[in-house]
Amino acid sequence: MQRLHVKNIVWILAAIAGFILLNTLVDMGVINKFYQITLVRIMINIIFAVGLNLVLGVAGQFSLGHAGFIAIGGYAGAIFSKAYENSLQGMFIGMAVGVVISILLALIVGIPTLRLKGDYLAIATLGVAEIVRVFINNMKEITNGAAGISGIPIVSTWQMIYVFLVITTIFVLNYVYSSAGRATMAIQQDEIAAEAMGVNVTKYKVIAFVIGAITASIAGTLNANYIGIVTPGDYTFNKSIDVLIIVVFGGIGSFTGSFVAAILLGLLNVVLQDYGQLRMIIYGVAVILIMIFRPGGLLGTSELRLGSLVSKWVKGNKEVVR
Amino acid sequence: MQIFFQQLVNGIALGSIYALVALGYTMVYGTIRLINFAHGDIFMVGAFFGFYSVSQLGMNVYLAMLLAMIFSSILGVIIERIAYKPLRRSTRVAALITAIGVSFLLQNAMIAFVGPEVKAFPSTITNSIFRVFGIVFNTKHILVLVITVLLMILLQVIVKYTKMGKAMRAVAVDAEAAQLMGINVDRVISFTFAIGSGLAGIAGVLVGVYYNSVSPTMGVTYGLKAFVAAVVGGVGSIPGAMVGGYLIGVLETLVTVLGLSTYREAAVYGLLIVILLVLPAGLFGKNVKEKV
Repeated sequence: MQRLHVKNIVWILAAIAGFILLNTLVDMGVINKFYQITLVRIMINIIFAVGLNLVLGVAGQFSLGHAGFIAIGGYAGAIFSKAYENSLQGMFIGMAVGVVISILLALIVGIPTLRLKGDYLAIATLGVAEIVRVFINNMKEITNGAAGISGIPIVSTWQMIYVFLVITTIFVLNYVYSSAGRATMAIQQDEIAAEAMGVNVTKYKVIAFVIGAITASIAGTLNANYIGIVTPGDYTFNKSIDVLIIVVFGGIGSFTGSFVAAILLGLLNVVLQDYGQLRMIIYGVAVILIMIFRPGGLLGTSELRLGSLVSKWVKGNKEVVR
Repeated sequence: MQIFFQQLVNGIALGSIYALVALGYTMVYGTIRLINFAHGDIFMVGAFFGFYSVSQLGMNVYLAMLLAMIFSSILGVIIERIAYKPLRRSTRVAALITAIGVSFLLQNAMIAFVGPEVKAFPSTITNSIFRVFGIVFNTKHILVLVITVLLMILLQVIVKYTKMGKAMRAVAVDAEAAQLMGINVDRVISFTFAIGSGLAGIAGVLVGVYYNSVSPTMGVTYGLKAFVAAVVGGVGSIPGAMVGGYLIGVLETLVTVLGLSTYREAAVYGLLIVILLVLPAGLFGKNVKEKV
């Protein structure tokens, strides 16, 4: 975070290349309207998974309440973009409001429960996400209750979501590799040892949890303003589980893994679309089998280190000493 | 006041069911530290077993309860052997995800077989009504309460006075030390799953009898609330699960009486969070210091 050094520049260049590639594919019609929905769903899922991976993989804390923060972002985006004349501006105001509410909620839940050891965060976040949903269901004047809000101005585009995907990923990764991130990783390795080394355990756990909540809320807004409808039923416990499965599939602690898993599961979803109920059964069996045979996930904890590769290559060629 | 006591009766009946399901959560968590998310779905499978035994085979409802209990026990042990045992040595997250996978599988397999809709459980017992001080009891209330209390006493006897119960408590305290003392830990864990799943199975049939309906997704709502009950009571503690179950059941009905039925779930989860903040180990839990 401190330095925008060569690794970040390489990643930004890679991101721009990816954007150009996707843009060409869309222009050529390879990614048609139907596949664009899949593309967006995958990108949104990646943002969710990157945020949760910070909490679960880096801080080693279990959160089962991602859906609650996604719901806050989604509803904030929906309400504000409908209320404002300029829907795009409204969406960004909604996004900001969603982020603020999510931060407050994450602090209220996180600070007390993250002081405790064990599965308390998992249980508390599970409860909080359900409470968020109950309130959404009941605040009929604002949220329209169980029917949800439809006709949300569709102002987020796949390009915008791509940009947010790049920003959130670079931000989270830079945090992970900063000194604060390394302290957080130490907590995940051995909490007691980290504490003995002078790491403020609760502080770093709470920061990770809050960043996770922020990314969930932002992606929630983008998602709501892309699909145009939000209902409380979209944000059940199952939504949190979906994100959790992506993180665990890819490998807990591996951000590359989260990308791979989100893409694979997104594509699998398209392939299995015609099978109806069988799809969910296959999904369940696949989850069990993968966990039995690869309990660490597809990629374990390994990462694709494009930045390091390139900087090594640059050093090797020009013998640049940084 | 009369309405209050009337609702208390309803709350206790509902709480009995939560308590039965919560016992399974608490016992499994106590032995292998796994939040068994598939537990609610075992409860649902038990309910459907009872439903088909009664409606298709015309079986006596008490026999159906017993068979549902045995069937669920076997199902629980099979799941443990296939899905959880290979993961005994890997991370707890992996085991938890497997449990979620099993839950998905059971739920969707059931939807595929019987369809997603709610089914009406045939009313098999003659429902007589009793009045005590103006409070109305019916046969169903009594049935649920009596069966639950009997099972809880039975469970206490098993855990307190049998060899297996002693082994269960030993494994709960320290599985490795128990192994060194010659306890077959795998067998104890299977036994724990058998008992927990059996209790969930019979609870499923009781829900069918009490509310006259069963559905493939009923496991999620009952399962989560029973889990909350287990945590409120102190996860790992058997009396805690019972008290937690009744507390949640009564709270839920009382919130409904106050006319806030739409906030019912919020009250349940609110209680959960308050308990976690005030008594993180739950009402009956022991606060264990972690050792280096």
